Amino acid sequence: MGMPSRAAGIARFQLASDQSLLVYFGETISPEAHERVLKLLRLLEAEPIRGVRNLHPAYSSLLITFDALKLGHDELQAALQRYLGRLDSVQLPQSRLVEIPVCYGGEFGPDLAQVAELHNLTTEQAIGAHASATYPVCFLGFAPGFAYLGGLPDALATPRLATPRRRVPAGSVGIAGHQTGVYPFATPGGWRLIGRTPLEMFRAERPGMCLLAIGDRVCFTPISRERFTELESA
Amino acid sequence: MSTIEVQAPGLLTTVQDLGRDGFGPMGVSPSGAADAVSLRLGNRLVGNAEGAAGLEMTLVGGAFRFPQGAVIALSGSDFGATLDGEAVGLWASVQVQPGGILRMGATRSGARCYLCVQGGIAVRPLLGSASTHVLSGLGGFEGRALRRGDVLRIGPAKDPFRKRTVTPRALDSLSPRRVLRVTAGPQSDWFSESSQRAFYASAYRVAEESNRMGLRLEGSPVAADSVREMITEGVPLGAVQVPASGQPIILFVEQQTTGGYPKIANVISADLHSVGQLRPRDEIRFERVEFETAQSLLREQETLIAWEKLIQE
Repeated sequence: MGMPSRAAGIARFQLASDQSLLVYFGETISPEAHERVLKLLRLLEAEPIRGVRNLHPAYSSLLITFDALKLGHDELQAALQRYLGRLDSVQLPQSRLVEIPVCYGGEFGPDLAQVAELHNLTTEQAIGAHASATYPVCFLGFAPGFAYLGGLPDALATPRLATPRRRVPAGSVGIAGHQTGVYPFATPGGWRLIGRTPLEMFRAERPGMCLLAIGDRVCFTPISRERFTELESA
Repeated sequence: MSTIEVQAPGLLTTVQDLGRDGFGPMGVSPSGAADAVSLRLGNRLVGNAEGAAGLEMTLVGGAFRFPQGAVIALSGSDFGATLDGEAVGLWASVQVQPGGILRMGATRSGARCYLCVQGGIAVRPLLGSASTHVLSGLGGFEGRALRRGDVLRIGPAKDPFRKRTVTPRALDSLSPRRVLRVTAGPQSDWFSESSQRAFYASAYRVAEESNRMGLRLEGSPVAADSVREMITEGVPLGAVQVPASGQPIILFVEQQTTGGYPKIANVISADLHSVGQLRPRDEIRFERVEFETAQSLLREQETLIAWEKLIQE
């Protein structure tokens, strides 16, 4: 692999399977590590490496899956070293702010009252805390269009449910630890549900398909049940 | 245009090809045939490209009528198929007369049987693939498993019928394994030596609540070092993750694309098609191999699949 480069210092490679490689930018969640994930993703999307099949960005890592008949771990790592050496020169686009209307509490947010109680807040204060922050889209994962939104205020940070629900309705807004997110589909899920949006997070027929993309910022706006119904049928 | 009428859908029958790559940043896993080797061979038997769309049946097959006739092949597991009342074998091309009815029963071997049709199943591709992603209701035929009364279109096919079979010797080498070979997972060093020993020495049973997203296993629990906190990261196909319960889960074709559980191992590419044939209550074991071994096993398998005498006419 030649001389250790500066790039080798910012990233660690880990063989994940016989057809994938993990690139770690640190062992904790940090804005610096995440920015490097975004930059490497951008470089790999702009200048694809032959044989790479899929890219899975996360908080501080990027999983690269490849066709093991066309590419090997060593060859991929060598190619990545060259990309890593150029990270500092990558310009990330201006991030987009997306507003998501949410009807909080009631049947749409069955865990809101408990979350508020755990933090000695009224439900109105809990809604205020959730709706006053701006959240970065750290990555999409779990299911198509599911955005992991970071930066949930300490005042609301709550562990996952001990027993996940077998079915969480589409559009449900949940929180888990310092994350928040919206379920695009009815799936099983262990996040605490505090509200629901009438927006479709994923629609195959729409250009771009996902409402949110990695690098966006999100804010939530409280809406009434009547407004929810209006927007849902719009 | 030729069609297939679904008279009975079976337990879970979906349109599948080899999946869709490149949509990881949107959280979309590739999906595709659970036993890709069987789908590829089935397509070769009817003269299709290996990645043409076919029907994947699960545990119990359906009944299908071909109003205009077709050239078909069945591959994967034996679901006791009959064509117009006569038994029809796996791994061979078959001519279906106009109005012919193919009936499948319950499996007599593994979890999945593939029905490939000359011309392929024609559905509008989503993100470049005909694969159904059952959980999210995307792709395939209306994003869902087939129902009674559905009418599927068959792609254009004009080649004359040719009797083709798969060389028995090749089938032996490609037959599904119950000892799955794995490489070390990215967090394998989070598991104590005794946990790792237990993992590789124990038999695990495939739990009932297993599907295309993942196979839940029941057996000796394995415990990760509880001091460390895992940061959610991308998860590869075939990852063996270990949640707090200590009962491993193999992530499969419709997998979540990221996950927050430590991964003790990863099924090698050459054994992924074997995972697609596992039924609930089947017993499996894991055998650790090095990454180089895994890659050479894959190359051997691909050499066999590309072998010109694999398909006999």
